[in-house]
Amino acid sequence: MAEEKKIFKVTIDNITIEVEPGTTILQAARRIGGDVVPPAMCYYSKLKGSGGKCRTCLVRVAAGSTADPRPMPKLVASCRTNVMDGMVVESMTNNTVLEARKAVVEFLLINHPLDCPVCDQAGECDLQDLSYDHGRESTRYEFERRTFERHDLGPYIQLHMTRCILCFRCVFAADQLTNKRAHGILDRGDHSEIATYIEKSLDNDFIGNVIDVCPVGALTDRTFRFKNRVWFAKPVEADRSCTKCSGKVRLWMRSDR
Amino acid sequence: MARKLLLDKINIEHIRLYDVYRQRGGYTAVEKALKSMSPDQVTEEVKRSGLRGRGGAGFPTGMKWGFLAKPEGVPRYLVCNADESEPGTFKDRYLMEFIPHLLIEGLIVSSYAIGSNRTYIYIRGEFAWIIDILEQAIAEAKNNGWLGKNILGSGFDCEVYVHRGAGAYICGEETALIESLEGKRGYPRIKPPFPAVKGLWDCPTVVNNVETLAAIVPIINNGGEEYAKIGIGKSTGTKLVSACGNIKKPGVYEIEMNISVEEFIYNDEYCGGIANGRRLKACVPGGSSVPILPANLLLKTAKGETRMMTYESLSDGGFQTGSMMGSGGFIVLDEDQCVVRNTLTFARFYRHESCGQCSPCREGTGWMERILHNIEYGKGKMSDIDLLWDIQSKIEGNTICPLGDAAAWPVAAAIRHFRDEFEWHVTNPDDALRRNYGLGNYAEPLQVMHSA
Repeated sequence: MAEEKKIFKVTIDNITIEVEPGTTILQAARRIGGDVVPPAMCYYSKLKGSGGKCRTCLVRVAAGSTADPRPMPKLVASCRTNVMDGMVVESMTNNTVLEARKAVVEFLLINHPLDCPVCDQAGECDLQDLSYDHGRESTRYEFERRTFERHDLGPYIQLHMTRCILCFRCVFAADQLTNKRAHGILDRGDHSEIATYIEKSLDNDFIGNVIDVCPVGALTDRTFRFKNRVWFAKPVEADRSCTKCSGKVRLWMRSDR
Repeated sequence: MARKLLLDKINIEHIRLYDVYRQRGGYTAVEKALKSMSPDQVTEEVKRSGLRGRGGAGFPTGMKWGFLAKPEGVPRYLVCNADESEPGTFKDRYLMEFIPHLLIEGLIVSSYAIGSNRTYIYIRGEFAWIIDILEQAIAEAKNNGWLGKNILGSGFDCEVYVHRGAGAYICGEETALIESLEGKRGYPRIKPPFPAVKGLWDCPTVVNNVETLAAIVPIINNGGEEYAKIGIGKSTGTKLVSACGNIKKPGVYEIEMNISVEEFIYNDEYCGGIANGRRLKACVPGGSSVPILPANLLLKTAKGETRMMTYESLSDGGFQTGSMMGSGGFIVLDEDQCVVRNTLTFARFYRHESCGQCSPCREGTGWMERILHNIEYGKGKMSDIDLLWDIQSKIEGNTICPLGDAAAWPVAAAIRHFRDEFEWHVTNPDDALRRNYGLGNYAEPLQVMHSA
């Protein structure tokens, strides 16, 4: 290579953008914004190692790079694939991608209880948005859905595993934000679940973040349950001095003012 | 009598023990490689042999070794994949149980070629007694100076460790195997980076199947070109095939890759024909993950040529009319077997073994199993068959690892080739509970379409 390239040109759905090397396709698409952004459930930009699992962000790479313009044989997870210079990506202009996306949404929903009216996450639920945008009107699944018991994980968090889509975001969050992780995935396949194994309470100071990163209503705040709706809450700046964090706090609370 | 390269000494008494194995010419490959060849020469020899990975994908082994990144100061690892859990495949188990030193010998030579000073055998946990056999073989090899520091004065150090799996099929997938070896959950990694660049503990790693590593021994002993003379085209050498199902003589056979499928099934040297005077209905030629073929497509390709036991011939016609060599689990079904039930059994297996990491496989495999269960037990609808087809097509290619594909292919092939049997289950639910569909027209010769 003659000189080090600093900027990669990538084309997503016929829109060209220049990004730094190391950017993922999803991040590049988000820079463009609008309809070309693939939906993403399990990817959370702040969490290292997240993404690649839910497969909603699948895109087709029509040309790998200028140096190697061959298309990639399979659809790739845009959240975990880095852009190359001259890459051509098809997101919503490709029918295979749209079909695959629709299929993934269907897979995510076949065992989801769809109890949005009584779910605290409703209104800020990624899965709700996803199925609104990409889902089909009715289900083709005719079997009993998978259910789990509800569990209280300590005084603040309730786990409603039936709603979980196994995105692993809460596991990464507990790993990377708190001193020690006390919960994880048990079992495998379609009966795997988020659990603490031996009944433990999650009482770390920062463990509340797992509620926030949960894209669905599987982890909900016990102090908030059935008392409020997200669309009634307004942000309040509540900065305070704190020895454990930056102290910058924005509190979303219900207020008539 | 066909030539045998791996199992030629299998019937010698106590070949499992070091002394007998050594007396019968064992460990000469290590001597030859370490004393007279450089690591690159060993790799070249393997490239010349045309050896293809025996684990299922059939990727050329020499090329795989050539892809290995070799940065300075970073250890490289060789991992032997002995996590053989595919329904129908039991060749590695046989090899490790009866002639473990062949694997150890192959491991030492391969470690030398790759430059791996710590080599791991990741073995399926259910093979509890084989783990003891391997541990004993490693101890014997070490006591006789074939492992440890400065082997044969060549300056090459190598240790072999046996690592026990905990009973997950997914840990046979190479990146899941590496995760498991590192002590994490056996979840496949998202590729790239490939193990050749970032594998075990983020170091360059090669993962090879047991049979592949054992085949290195005859390649070094006789030379790669000699090895490449056996077989047809790019399918060189001998292959272990574990035959099971409705045949007279189930077992592990070493075949030269130049015999036809018909010969393999009916010749007395191999399977010995279909048991109890029945007729052949269908066959899964490479372990549960590969597409099932009806008798007429199994013995002849769609072009009317004889189908051979080679990588190319078995996959002739793609997935439309062909199958795959896979891992060599040859499952034969006679006319009394039900393809729907067989597919259900496979679907249940994949549902149970899906790791649950990515959604199409986690949710789709369970869905397919339930639909197949309904069809098999007389509760199916005609639309279920199309739905099943749709589900499998949505799983295939959309998952992180090949387990999703492996779950989708058997269902796809069963519907593609045996659709009338599925439809019969739907239209005759009462009959389906009492008897099987039978042979149908699956053994009738196909009409060969000649191009104009």
